[in-house]
Amino acid sequence: MSIALQVTDLSKTFPVGKKLFGGARGSVKAVHPMTLSVETGETLGIVGESGCGKSTLARMLVGLLPPTTGTIEIEGAALDTADPAAFGKRIQYVFQDPISSLNPRKTIRQIMEAPLRLLHGMDRAAREERIREIFDSVNLRADFLDRYPHEFSGGQAQRIGIARALAAQARILILDEPVSALDVSVQAQVLNLLADLKREFGLTYLFISHDLAVVEAVSDRIAVLYFGSVVEEGRAEEIFAHPRHPYTKLLADSAPVVGRPLRDPETGQAELPNPLDPPPGCAFAKRCPYATEKCRATAPVLEQIGPDQRVACFHPLPAR
Amino acid sequence: MSAFLKLLARNRLALGGLIVMGLVVALALITPLLPLADPDVTNTADRYLRPLSDGHLLGTDQLGRDLLSRLLWGTRLSLGVGAAAAIFAAVSGAAVGIVAGYFGGRTDNLLMRGVDMLMAFPYILLALAIVAALGPGLVNALIAVAVVNIPFFARNIRGITVGLAHKEFVDAAKLAGMSHARIILSEILPNVVPVIVIAMSTTIGWMILETAGLSFLGLGSQPPQADLGSMLGEARSALITNPHVSVIPGFMILVIVMSINLLGDGVRDALDPRLKSGALSRPMAATRVDRRTRPDREIPTEGLLSLEDLHTQFHVKNRVYKAVSGVSLSVKPGECLGVIGESGSGKSVTALSIMGLVASPPGVITGGAARLEGRDMIGAPYPELRSLRGRRVAYIFQDPLATLHPLYKVGDQLIEAISCHRPISKAEGRAKAIELLKSVRIPNAESRIDSYPHEMSGGMRQRVGIAMALANDPDVIIADEPTTALDVTVQAQILSLLDDLRRERGLAIVFITHDFGVVGQLCDRVAVMYAGRIVEQGPTRPVLDAPAHPYTARLIACVPELGEGKRKLEAIPGLPPSVDDLPKGCAFADRCVKVQAGCMVNDIPLERAGARAVRCLHPETEIAEETA
Ligand SMILES: Nc1ncnc2c1ncn2[C@@H]1O[C@H](COP(=O)(O)OP(=O)(O)O)[C@@H](O)[C@H]1O
Ligand code: SF4
Ligand code: SF4
Ligand SMILES: [Mg+2]
Repeated sequence: MSIALQVTDLSKTFPVGKKLFGGARGSVKAVHPMTLSVETGETLGIVGESGCGKSTLARMLVGLLPPTTGTIEIEGAALDTADPAAFGKRIQYVFQDPISSLNPRKTIRQIMEAPLRLLHGMDRAAREERIREIFDSVNLRADFLDRYPHEFSGGQAQRIGIARALAAQARILILDEPVSALDVSVQAQVLNLLADLKREFGLTYLFISHDLAVVEAVSDRIAVLYFGSVVEEGRAEEIFAHPRHPYTKLLADSAPVVGRPLRDPETGQAELPNPLDPPPGCAFAKRCPYATEKCRATAPVLEQIGPDQRVACFHPLPAR
Repeated sequence: MSAFLKLLARNRLALGGLIVMGLVVALALITPLLPLADPDVTNTADRYLRPLSDGHLLGTDQLGRDLLSRLLWGTRLSLGVGAAAAIFAAVSGAAVGIVAGYFGGRTDNLLMRGVDMLMAFPYILLALAIVAALGPGLVNALIAVAVVNIPFFARNIRGITVGLAHKEFVDAAKLAGMSHARIILSEILPNVVPVIVIAMSTTIGWMILETAGLSFLGLGSQPPQADLGSMLGEARSALITNPHVSVIPGFMILVIVMSINLLGDGVRDALDPRLKSGALSRPMAATRVDRRTRPDREIPTEGLLSLEDLHTQFHVKNRVYKAVSGVSLSVKPGECLGVIGESGSGKSVTALSIMGLVASPPGVITGGAARLEGRDMIGAPYPELRSLRGRRVAYIFQDPLATLHPLYKVGDQLIEAISCHRPISKAEGRAKAIELLKSVRIPNAESRIDSYPHEMSGGMRQRVGIAMALANDPDVIIADEPTTALDVTVQAQILSLLDDLRRERGLAIVFITHDFGVVGQLCDRVAVMYAGRIVEQGPTRPVLDAPAHPYTARLIACVPELGEGKRKLEAIPGLPPSVDDLPKGCAFADRCVKVQAGCMVNDIPLERAGARAVRCLHPETEIAEETA
């Protein structure tokens, strides 16, 4: 198996309270140095709660944000310019809000043609041909091409967004909450379409979501993010069934499941740490029932604890 | 475009402005073709001829020049200069605004500081200074007027551009390989042009006036060339003896500026999206009620809150959206009823109809009753409704910011919520507010009471939203997707809080959601909605374990559940029908695998059997047997 996407020590720090001249007053580490790899044809799920750095990570991976440290390698070749056009041919992005990712004043044809013309320099006939092929594979009718985005439902608009990503002919797609804005019945349509496309074109996905059940249903492997760091990584079928990190367990216990009695899985009061003043040790220590002095003093690093599992915790939960 | 003209025409004043302006512009355009006297030829023998004199329809001025000719040529020049100044100001202002808004950061800072500096000087003083520096002359006056108007355009356009630059379609354009220049021209500009046009239409009148002002002071057009300002300026010495020479250009200025401003206001209003939806008037205090038949005012009911055959519609232009068509449900004290369905199925409209909170226009309750302890609240006098809102029936919304005022401390808002139903002293109110915050498990309630909503996280704000709902010990809480925007760990906390509250206080809860997991954990009974109707209803577990309606079954099957691993989902093809064009018979027919010809003939009744009910001719399970 070859590696489609390799991320090494990737991090992002945002300056805050910037002045007109001179430096910033403080900084927020949105993504702590992170190392991840995704194999060709694999789906890596990324879960975490709001503000944990999912979208910052995704935007760095497609070149929309320059990383503070670290490298991104796509299919073995390093990409070190933060130039979305250089990234665009190799890695593409599908947005959360399908409607606002389409320019309201352009026809679908104009939207679809941009990547074909600018990234691949195709002539008119070739573009026509290619758009027809892509529309066929995402089950959209060709007569949609001359309409404007507001004429489409959320599900159709998301198919158009996916079609645009496919037009760039990238083999890696970053799917940032691609179904969160959709109704459940349409969500299933789009998830199935993504699965079909992956098979048809041999794509590799990085699937970001806050919905554990959705991520579990589509991913091969899952990485759990908390406060800008991967706290656990493992096989999709294992990670929520047998979590090793206390935060993963909290997430799994919180997900509403029919038949499970309702109770607040957290007894203490839980608020996220302040990003401007992060705690010195484990970011989860305040909420963690197993926290010790060591956890509060030093931050744990991600370590291999099984053939397919990594966890960043001094006192991981016992294996099954 | 034609819709825009229609809206514009609805505004009488704007229409008048449009007509007058059209005439003036037409006159200015054809001036060179008209058989007019040369405007600059002086004839001192014919000074100050009155209007209607021979050969001079409007008379002559102090040098005996034909006033009609000078007026038309002057109008032409003034309009031209005003328009040129407006275009110049709009183009340069928009360019500055777009560049500042798109690139942001330091570029933005530098450009906008420059604009601020221009704005620091009084308007007319700045214009005078510019003309003084450049020397008098029409072109310099034009430049001065344009420059003083640049900040207005720059600030407006920058604001719009900042919003656009963070839109996802701009990111998508970058990923499609577009350069910054191309993004600005092809993605941002088309979205900004309408704003530029509106801004121009509302300012061009003032620019004409300002140019006239400079000419009046002798800084604009130079003799003998006529523009409206210089005509007025030259005539002012004879204002008393020969008023017509100054009244005529003055009147023209008045007509132009008034008609442009009326038109500009009309254009702005017509492009306002709030008017497009037809909601011209202010919403009413309670939803309009227009029921064909009037149910009994008061009858005994089993539930604490019961809806009987509720119909709510939206009348937009000549379309009727049947958002809720015949919903009946009821809740008892201490019970939690789940209402589940996809967006647009009518869940929120049902909930809002109960207390008359659906916006009117366009909302109308066209039938049915909503009874609290048997008494119908639909069509109840407004004071009665008002006293019930919050005190007996309280709402929790998806976005707590919709109920919390951003500028007041949460404690003060809680005290306000209590005191609007009963008098309460300050100390007492504060104590009660702290108690409420504690009851929704907000840590450090004593200090949190003085926080503003924006200082709290989403989960904390939703707790405050629940505390607001609890403020007057209501009997019924209607929660419309209260946890949809929250993270799972926070959702679990809020759900268990609501569950405890109803057990401790005997609250009746109507819980609206689209999540079966949530229904399964919290609700005793569930009603499934589709296209404005309840299609299935019953105790939660039996409905979830053995759904009777094909829609319920398909909906449950297409939602992934945690712990089932990677798999293909059972999607439902197609989309729900639009409620302004419902099909005959079953609304689910075109997506149903069990559909038969009979399904598409008549309305399908909701068949009851024991505790369950289903609206389907060929249900998945026979509910009658099961409950028998
Ligand atoms: N202000 C309004 N004007 C016109 N139609 C509306 C308005 N509000 C809601 N509707 C229509 O009423 C129907 C039901 O909406 P709603 O109750 O909000 O659904 P849900 O809460 O189940 O998502 C939808 O078809 C929607 O388009
Ligand atoms: S390192 Fe310590 S505090 Fe952090 S999750 Fe593990 S046990 Fe809890
Ligand atoms: S009535 Fe007919 S079309 Fe409607 S749900 Fe039942 S079987 Fe399907
Ligand atoms: Mg709703």
